[in-house]
Amino acid sequence: MTASQVVSTVVEWMPFILRGFGLNILMSVLAILIGTALGIFLGLGQLSRLRLVGAPSRLATQLFRNAPWLVLLFYCIFLMPYQVNIGGMTIVLPSWLRATIGFSFPVAANFSEIVRGAVNSVPHGQWEAAEALGYSRRATLFRIVLPQCISRMIPPWMNLYALLLTATPLSMIVGVEEALGRTQAAVQAQANAAMLLPMYLALLALFFFYTWPINRLSRALEGRFGTK
Amino acid sequence: MSVSPSSAPLIALRGVRKSFGHLEVLRGIDMDIRKGEVVAIIGPSGSGKSTILRTINGLTPINEGSIRVGDIEVGDPKLDKVKLRHRVGMVFQQYNLFPHRTVLQNVAMAPIQVLKEPREQVEERARRLLAEMRLPDKADAYPGELSGGQQQRVAIARALCMEPEVILFDEVTAALDPEMVKEVLSAVRKVAEDGVTCILVTHEMGFAREAADHIYFTDRGVIVEHAPPQTFFTEASDPRTKEFLSKVL
Repeated sequence: MTASQVVSTVVEWMPFILRGFGLNILMSVLAILIGTALGIFLGLGQLSRLRLVGAPSRLATQLFRNAPWLVLLFYCIFLMPYQVNIGGMTIVLPSWLRATIGFSFPVAANFSEIVRGAVNSVPHGQWEAAEALGYSRRATLFRIVLPQCISRMIPPWMNLYALLLTATPLSMIVGVEEALGRTQAAVQAQANAAMLLPMYLALLALFFFYTWPINRLSRALEGRFGTK
Repeated sequence: MSVSPSSAPLIALRGVRKSFGHLEVLRGIDMDIRKGEVVAIIGPSGSGKSTILRTINGLTPINEGSIRVGDIEVGDPKLDKVKLRHRVGMVFQQYNLFPHRTVLQNVAMAPIQVLKEPREQVEERARRLLAEMRLPDKADAYPGELSGGQQQRVAIARALCMEPEVILFDEVTAALDPEMVKEVLSAVRKVAEDGVTCILVTHEMGFAREAADHIYFTDRGVIVEHAPPQTFFTEASDPRTKEFLSKVL
């Protein structure tokens, strides 16, 4: 096989793989949204002085943060129903959607730690100054501490997203037809060992060129926010 | 002295005790501070000076004793904290300005958000206070763009904007470069001259001597002695006071 043949074969299969990659992006975007929303609650919960809120938040955070993503994925795929009935309507939960929910848990736990870390990185003096001005703890958190945290949370949040995207091919194992699964199928369909490396290289490039700018941007933002 | 000793004290501490774990920081503090008075608390490091200040506005809860500010009982479990903080302002060693807000917002936000006063009225007052602190052109700057001395004067304006009766100054010049100490001290003097009751913890003996009406000397959690500055600096009787003064003067 000549080099040009290899390239044209890769290009030929590319739309097929890209459709799979679209699913990787869809899963990652949904999981980061769900995970972030959940993570805000968990993170603020961890900071609560109420034991009834603090303890479960810390437990959930540690549980989902220290579990392998793949195991959480298995749990969601096999424990969640294939379809749910809401008011007589039957909604089928495709495996990619269940996988997305599976990814949301570790994302939520990691974001919970990002929130907790960012809040704790604000000097204690800020809390004291606010308290001395009559702000309640809650008002201090929302009006003074969290606004300072948002810029600190963006770079690790973007890193988390990049990490999440690179983890989405795990869902292939539970039968989601995403980019890795499709690449594998493409390689098998060609039954040509010479295409093995180029096909997977193309897949790597796909992930790299999507994730790399995100990481670069996150690094740049980190530099900008880090100075103050 | 400018105040008559017979008037009822604005602030009264009685037998105040405070422990952090096994360490007893305050071991029975009594103080009487009258309206308009300027009081300096001096003493060696770790003698509990800052803790006394922090108990007065309730930042540090006490274990025993009582603290009264006007008609407010600070230890009251049903204490209206906003009312107390409205009455007692505080300025910190590390300024503690809010870095994400402009100077004007720093000064005006608490009266607007906490005391629910109308924005325009508060901002007008904030601008006047910034002018008094000789920072009229810094309203739109961010704290990070100011020098330490300027930041501390913003912090004083922020405390004043709550229109408190009392301001607690916690070693407000300790983190400053020497050339900025003077500008902050003259700002403190301005506050005192305007009739606000001032309680300051300070290492600036010269300032305490000249600006304070009364000096308290603390050591190891007790008030060793207190007197007007003329008496205190020349006729200190307790050996601990004498030893301290011989080191710092």
